[in-house]
Amino acid sequence: MILRILGEGQLEVAADSLHEINELDEALLHAVEKGDEAAFRSCLVNLVQRVREVGHPVPADHLGPSEYIIPGGDATLDEVRELLSEEGLIPG
Amino acid sequence: MGLMKRFSDVMKAKTSKLLDKAEDPRETLDYSYEKQLEMVQKVRRGLADVATSRKRLELQQAQLKASADKLEGQARQAVAAGKEDLAREALNRRAGIQSQLDGIDAQRTQLQAEEDKLTVALQRLQAKVEAFRTKKETIKATYTAAEAQTKIGEAVSGISEEMGDVGLAIQRAEDKTATMQARAGAVDELLASGALDDVTAEPGGDIQAQLDALSAGSSVDAELAKMKAELGSGAPPPKELGAAGEESK
Repeated sequence: MILRILGEGQLEVAADSLHEINELDEALLHAVEKGDEAAFRSCLVNLVQRVREVGHPVPADHLGPSEYIIPGGDATLDEVRELLSEEGLIPG
Repeated sequence: MGLMKRFSDVMKAKTSKLLDKAEDPRETLDYSYEKQLEMVQKVRRGLADVATSRKRLELQQAQLKASADKLEGQARQAVAAGKEDLAREALNRRAGIQSQLDGIDAQRTQLQAEEDKLTVALQRLQAKVEAFRTKKETIKATYTAAEAQTKIGEAVSGISEEMGDVGLAIQRAEDKTATMQARAGAVDELLASGALDDVTAEPGGDIQAQLDALSAGSSVDAELAKMKAELGSGAPPPKELGAAGEESK
């Protein structure tokens, strides 16, 4: 399955890592919903680091969408909220 | 539903809007390719802007460093001449410059990081645009409009996602550059005003002029002493050297 870390590109992640990734993702979403900046930061860093560890970079000339998209490790809570509001994304 | 899925849904919603626009899906290929080339240009310009800002900071670093070194030299001269207040003033200004230098170095590091990220993002985008161009021609030549639909969907959504990603990176870099341009402007003004150097009438005055006056004063004192000695009236007490400096203030 292909995941994208914003600002870093796409990574291929094996199916058996997905459960763990999903748990980290749920924790991140929870932190965003609560507006908890400290929890958000640590959850995001955990998720990004774990995906980097288990993922293999997809060749740059691959042309396909990602199943999941993750904010960059240095994204702020406000940036993530803006991204979710759709206007923040630039159309192709 | 987790955050990762929401993000990719937002991206996909954007792409499907784009695909719905064209009557013949093959037109979408040309439209998308046009947008891709525009994005490559945009990233190139963004990269050039970040590099310009970084160079500006480096120039300021060099200027501030020169001022700091000059003030340190002046402080030494002042100490040697026994003018502690003057030395203190020079060291105070030097400390102010040092804190500016620390701030600028942190900004420069940030800009360098943005520059590196954009450079990699540009390479990735260019590789994808080139792959898209090849695929576009193949799809147009080989498939009917109906057959092309799925092939196009995947290629376009893949590259659109990349463009969305790069677009965000550019926006981020532009925001950072704008903030730093404003700060750099303030430092330039400060440098131009001479407030960081020794040439203004700040509290404590013109350090170099006082030092010059001091050394002129002491050579006059030395001449005087020499003349007095020749005339046999004895050497002046050393505290007069300090008094000469005070008068010039």
